[in-house]
Amino acid sequence: MIKLLSGNEALALGAYHAGVKVAAAYPGTPSTEILESLADYDDVYAEWSTNEQAAMEVALGAAYAGVRAMVSLKQVGLNVASDAFMAAATTGVSAGMVVVCADDPGIHSSQNEQDSRHYVKLAKVPMLEPADSQEAYEFMAYAFDISEKFDTPVLVRTTTRISHSKSVVKVDRTRAVPASQAVFQHNVAKYVMLPAYARLRHQLVEERLVKLADFSETFPSNHILRGEHRLGVVTSGVSYQYAIDALPQASFLKLGMTYPLPQNLLRQFAAQVDKLVVIEELDPFLQENIQAMGIKVSGKEFIPRAGELNPDIIEQASRSAGWLPKAPAREKIGITTELAKRPPLLCPGCPHSGIFFVLSSIGQRSKLSGSKGKPSKESKLIITGDIGCYTLGAYPPLLALDTTACMGASIGLALGMEKAGVSSKVVAVIGDSTFMHAGITGLVNAVYNSGRITLIILDNGTTAMTGHQDHPGTGISAQGKETTKVELESLVRGIGVSNVRVVDAFNLKALRASVRSSLDSTELSVIIVRGSCSMLVPKRSGPRVIDNEKCNQCDVCLLIGCPAIQSDSERITIDTALCVGDICTICQQLCPRQAISRQSETGAEELA
Amino acid sequence: MKKLDMLVTGVGGQGVILTSDIIAQAAIAAGYDTKKTDTIGMSQRGGSVISHVRIGSKVHSPLIKQGEVDILLAFEKLEAARWGHYLRSRGIAIVNNLALPPLSVSLGEEQYLSDDEMLNILKQQADRIYLVNGSQRAKELGNIRTLNMFMLGCASPFIPFKISIWQDEISQHLPDKVRQINLSAFERGRKEIRNANI
Repeated sequence: MIKLLSGNEALALGAYHAGVKVAAAYPGTPSTEILESLADYDDVYAEWSTNEQAAMEVALGAAYAGVRAMVSLKQVGLNVASDAFMAAATTGVSAGMVVVCADDPGIHSSQNEQDSRHYVKLAKVPMLEPADSQEAYEFMAYAFDISEKFDTPVLVRTTTRISHSKSVVKVDRTRAVPASQAVFQHNVAKYVMLPAYARLRHQLVEERLVKLADFSETFPSNHILRGEHRLGVVTSGVSYQYAIDALPQASFLKLGMTYPLPQNLLRQFAAQVDKLVVIEELDPFLQENIQAMGIKVSGKEFIPRAGELNPDIIEQASRSAGWLPKAPAREKIGITTELAKRPPLLCPGCPHSGIFFVLSSIGQRSKLSGSKGKPSKESKLIITGDIGCYTLGAYPPLLALDTTACMGASIGLALGMEKAGVSSKVVAVIGDSTFMHAGITGLVNAVYNSGRITLIILDNGTTAMTGHQDHPGTGISAQGKETTKVELESLVRGIGVSNVRVVDAFNLKALRASVRSSLDSTELSVIIVRGSCSMLVPKRSGPRVIDNEKCNQCDVCLLIGCPAIQSDSERITIDTALCVGDICTICQQLCPRQAISRQSETGAEELA
Repeated sequence: MKKLDMLVTGVGGQGVILTSDIIAQAAIAAGYDTKKTDTIGMSQRGGSVISHVRIGSKVHSPLIKQGEVDILLAFEKLEAARWGHYLRSRGIAIVNNLALPPLSVSLGEEQYLSDDEMLNILKQQADRIYLVNGSQRAKELGNIRTLNMFMLGCASPFIPFKISIWQDEISQHLPDKVRQINLSAFERGRKEIRNANI
């Protein structure tokens, strides 16, 4: 059967056909759709875990118990899960365990551009890198087999371009699940990592790596494509696709298994070509490992280390490296106009807009038009942010965030600043899903260490940015089952915070009052700002309109940053198709001249 | 057809990705290899969206090289200009006559380009530029969300697939309730571009 599948859908289908029984993940672009696809199958247990470490441990437990298991995560998720990943690498598995890690070259939706391939060297585990959806599908079966044969977790590494591109897949298998029941074979020396046993395991890990290197020589997707002998290109993943388009005449060693590397095959290929080069995205991972074998090879001297590659970059680099003849530069398209950028924004009716507006105005940060993008240096507030849609609150006009580091960091950073002795008040802002993921420990720490910070939890009842996944606070599982809902307020109170308020995200007055009172308080306080993500509100009614007779274009409403409010030199208008209406009304509450009101029914008819 | 490289672009929420999905599926139905890839940034709504669709006997890179796009299908004018440099010489640009000013324009920080500026950018490569009133037509049909199928209809005469393939793929990708209106939008776009003397 022929199917058009994204890399992520193909990975999920490959895992399903390879008999995966347990799959765990925390949503993270570009890996999210892998678990979403697996959650559709009734004969797979699929969960959104609270965070990636929990996911890794769940998968490892399942693999210990003799069923095939997988984790899917993004690059920074592997950082979170790294402790468990290293443990898995040490103990090995019983049934197959595959970790799918999706890197984000180009930083389409991440906070860093790390090359996670380095992890396999640290953990001494094998790595496969599919170059399209067909390989994504096929490699999952290989990965589970390798995991079981060599008693190791296997990392399948993709990138945004592989995970999110769709290509043709020949689906030639069906689901094969071993009939045996899940059984945990007690084996203290393998599973209890007391120093005495861990020392033994380390020996086995080293032996395993040698065997894997032998296996890599015969791995079917490590193969040579013979072209001209003048230039030999070693490459993998999506870089292969770009390179073969840019250098169609060259010889290729296309690697599907990129750790450990097939040393003999590499030497054989190097001997066949005049010049050996590596084309790879981000770090010189292959290049340095090949150089360590004493093979002469270049690559990163010409190919950029930062940013996502594409066929144009490879072609340009190839010309400056002399791998391709110099060509007359194509005439550049002259663009005389500087095109307006269209950065991502908080949506119309976003429950984060109101609180960010309040923080921005209390902190004296927001500015009217004409001023370019930085918060005022004299702001009375420091606002530490976190990872989610609300990170967009850093953009003008809101300018309501000072830091975004990693999941959960808002709380620790705020406490650190307070303990450092800053004179400003420090507010930490975190989303509900991120708080569950990595904020709880930070809050326990702040309570225990007598912090006085204000923590604002933006509770929109979903993991919005990655496409509305459930989390412990929603009480719905990844497979749509009702489960125990972890209540934010009781959780926070249980940690020991007594000053806890729940405020309606769309009530400006209440938001302002609660922030002011928290800032005046000498104890740690938590404000839970509650309001549904506007994309999840099915029915919309009563879009707002501006009475241009009353409006004096003071532009205050523009400071909300609502995409529905548009302005030209003549007037300010609200796009009634974008406005969410009754559920929001932030602009109406804000307008000093009461020029904004609900569109009258007759008015609606007139417009239609 | 040896190869067809196509960019579909617009603003988040306009249906760019569904459109490129349908084109890629249609390519498979027509017996071609295909790859498609989207760049949507981190927003749920309102950001720039760009889809690369590549069709041929064998497709390697999912991303199209600059200067190789055969058809640029743009649902918004600023986005058309943004990707104009990807067009090959003598390429085709089909642009919905709609301006969605970004927030920075509303805030007075940046300017929205004029139609002339947009056309000048496209003209440097394209030899056929069609400015169509897609949003207007979709509204007339009674559902602004049919804009994407109207635009696909406009592009379809330039892609050598049988009409039944398009109809099948549109039908398969859209729920019962809106299937018919989307098929009509496609038909309307197809007719409109034909009348534009291609």
